[in-house]
Amino acid sequence: MNYLFQIRFILIQNRAGKTRLAKWYMQFDDDEKQKLIEEVHAVVTVRDSVSYALSVLFSQFRNFKIIYRRYAGLYFCICVDVTDNNLAYLEGIHNFVEVLNEYFHNVCELDLVFNFYKVYTVVDEMFLAGEIRETSQTKVLKQLLMLQSLE
Amino acid sequence: MPAPIRLRELIRTIRTARTQAEEREMIQKECAAIRSSFREEDNTYRCRNVAKLLYMHMLGYPAHFGQLECLKLIASQKFTDKRIGYLGAMLLLDERQDVHLLMTNCIKNDLNHSTQYVQGLALCTLGCMGSSEMCRDLAGEVEKLLKTSNSYLRKKAALCAVHVIRKVPELMEMFLPATKNLLSEKNHGVLHTSVVLLTEMCERSPDMLAHFRKNEKLVPQLVRILKNLIMSGYSPEHDVSGISDPFLQVRILRLLRILGKSDDDSSEAMNDILAQVATNTETSKNVGNAILYETVLTIMDIKSESGLRVLAINILGRFLLNNDKNIRYVALTSLLKTVQTDHNAVQRHRSTIVDCLKDLDVSIKRRAMELSFALVNGNNIRGMMKELLYFLDSCDPEFKADCASGVFLAAEKYAPSKRWHIDTIMRVLTTAGSYVRDDSVPNLIQLITNSVEMHAYTVQRLYKALLDDISQQPLVQVASWCIGEYGDLLVSGQCEEEEPIQVTEDEVLDVLEGLLVSNLSTPVTRGYSLTAIMKLSTRFSSVNRIKKVVSIYGSSIDVELQQRAVEYNALFKKYDHMRPALLERMPIMEKSASNGPTEIVQTNGETEPSVVEPKHLPPVTQPVNQANDLLDLLGGNDVVPVIQTTMPTKPASAGGELLDLLGDLSLSAIPPMTAYNKNGLKIDFTFERANPNPNIAVITIHASNSTEADMTDFVFQAAVPKTFQLQLLSPSSNVVPALNQGTVTQVIRVLNPQKQQLRMRIKLTYTLKGSPVQDLAEVNNFPPQSWQ
Repeated sequence: MNYLFQIRFILIQNRAGKTRLAKWYMQFDDDEKQKLIEEVHAVVTVRDSVSYALSVLFSQFRNFKIIYRRYAGLYFCICVDVTDNNLAYLEGIHNFVEVLNEYFHNVCELDLVFNFYKVYTVVDEMFLAGEIRETSQTKVLKQLLMLQSLE
Repeated sequence: MPAPIRLRELIRTIRTARTQAEEREMIQKECAAIRSSFREEDNTYRCRNVAKLLYMHMLGYPAHFGQLECLKLIASQKFTDKRIGYLGAMLLLDERQDVHLLMTNCIKNDLNHSTQYVQGLALCTLGCMGSSEMCRDLAGEVEKLLKTSNSYLRKKAALCAVHVIRKVPELMEMFLPATKNLLSEKNHGVLHTSVVLLTEMCERSPDMLAHFRKNEKLVPQLVRILKNLIMSGYSPEHDVSGISDPFLQVRILRLLRILGKSDDDSSEAMNDILAQVATNTETSKNVGNAILYETVLTIMDIKSESGLRVLAINILGRFLLNNDKNIRYVALTSLLKTVQTDHNAVQRHRSTIVDCLKDLDVSIKRRAMELSFALVNGNNIRGMMKELLYFLDSCDPEFKADCASGVFLAAEKYAPSKRWHIDTIMRVLTTAGSYVRDDSVPNLIQLITNSVEMHAYTVQRLYKALLDDISQQPLVQVASWCIGEYGDLLVSGQCEEEEPIQVTEDEVLDVLEGLLVSNLSTPVTRGYSLTAIMKLSTRFSSVNRIKKVVSIYGSSIDVELQQRAVEYNALFKKYDHMRPALLERMPIMEKSASNGPTEIVQTNGETEPSVVEPKHLPPVTQPVNQANDLLDLLGGNDVVPVIQTTMPTKPASAGGELLDLLGDLSLSAIPPMTAYNKNGLKIDFTFERANPNPNIAVITIHASNSTEADMTDFVFQAAVPKTFQLQLLSPSSNVVPALNQGTVTQVIRVLNPQKQQLRMRIKLTYTLKGSPVQDLAEVNNFPPQSWQ
């Protein structure tokens, strides 16, 4: 496959390396997943002070890039293709975080821990098949509240 | 059995664990409870149990025994069950488990469910992890949902279709009719996902791309949408920092890029809107910059007019001044890609790029360095080099090797003067000497040799550098080679360019001997300095001291040094008459681009020793093969030994033609001839013409031996009249095998500018059955085509 202009995975990790959310849009073995998580953790904690997009070669044939931003103690990472637009995905991350913030009323890490399945719902409302799906925060929040009422 | 604990409880309990072992224990206990609960087929608590299982899975513990339970949850009627079930499916199942196929039926039913949220769940799961078989089965349902009026579902269906196409590209045709009206939607979300779908289709299939360009008139539609986005005022729903729906803008720009690539009409249609976006977008926040960046990428890829391209590069230039590191990084990367095609436009931002060399971030520095090297040209070489050398001083070690090589390359191409070139090299060697690549040492030596007038200056500067610091090996190697070559200039104080220093022979020898004994010197360096000392024996008067040094190293532990010392000792003792000739100044070396085993040395009128055995060559890593001297025998002189006559000086241009190493040898129809046939030794000549120079005839001799014994130590020599010039390359071997079992070949190149009749005298020496044989002959029967 020549071009995979899509998100490969979305990760939320805390500073200790614990995964709070892992959404994979591509096939990986379990141990590959573990390795990727560790590599991401190693990379993002080194460049802590700069919110940055950078190029990382994970294995010889896969050329990925991690775009991430740190919010308090959590790193929100999106893995995309090297040729993708960094800045646009940075905006995507910020959009996502704002929705989380709104939904959980000043979200903190514990919210994400105790309501992990809800976090996945938020991800699925905003991203699908490795693409950004819904960008309007109001719309997403409306949907989330509807879903919540069904429980 | 008591009700299983709630999710919250479990999470709280696990978080109280203080050690990894404690946590593992809790989890194992809980897993056991969950397993027995599953066995009881309890519907009420299944959902809770699976949720707990998923949490434990997220912590990294195996949870595969819950896979079937997820399926049961999906089949349930309750929404909460379904929700956790699908989530579990997405987390625990993937294509490689056969279990996931069981989901297909459930998903199919759910895709037709009355509640849109259930449909949504199903679409989502299919879109994230549907395998090719599932996609094939369910593509029809997805296509149906793409046409529904419910925008919530249409969005999901569109992206699900993207996933289906990725997995099963043949199904793309199926979605074509549904795409007809996608872009006339008002709903941004649907619009966004539709653009993604169209992008995917166009990327995958060139046929689709052509179809969309021509039939659907996609470009005008997209242009219109983009225009509306920019022009329309404040739209609260999709607004980000004052820009309406930047995500949609970015996706449209990307689709435009694909449509416009290598297509003139489409590119023309979008020129205006691109210019508009480029100039009207606000750049104060990251959002605006994201859009601008995508615009720049698009402009670069399509066939845009030059004004637009300049606009794009200026945007990148502005990015470089931005405070945000991300933006600077992105700009440098893009500029690197365009510097070849839009060189002049990028040049205008050179000073900003050079400033980026001083940035704190490592990635930015690297990009800036690469870009700076790409921008160096004849005009700005002095200024740029100053900046780059300053950068070399202060940068991290990981950069130094690349930077040094880059500096050498740039200096070689654009050096304004030889003195500047040498100074630059000195600077690099002294500041980053230990990071310089190994192959640059011979290149530097060749460069120094070729700048004849700078020899005194160079050797003086190198000597002074050595006095300061002997730890950087490349510097030391180059310096010792130069001192060996030009030591006489050093002690005679001949330097013109700067104040000559007063140094005695003994001081020089002290320095070189110091290199030999120092722990900092590598074996290679020691070899260099030993040979340098040896060379000085013909240039200095204190020969005895040198003899002593050389003989000491005859018993060195290092084999290489030992061999050299022993050979040099032999030079002193048995071959002293050859020594001055052997240790003569090196001639100017021609840099050959080919990597053939033989390289020609251009003689430029200096006396040049020619030696048959290659062992006594000075230790330059380029293999050098000496051309045999030409002997003018046709004046009636006696046979003269091989070594030592002055070559007739030829104008430089004629000499240059001979060195046409890269001229291809095209065969022309010159018949071969037999030049000599006596006593079992037969020598045939075959001819070729060396293009592009028709004055050069390339003759290959083939020597064959029909006697019963091998001819060893076979040497072929030739001489031509004064008006010709001849060059002999090295033979394939010097043993001619007996009974015609093989031939020795050797190439002769003859330059015949006056087109006179070719004549040649040849001398053959070989050993047959232990006794040496020597013979002379004249060759007159050259075919006329070989010299006309």
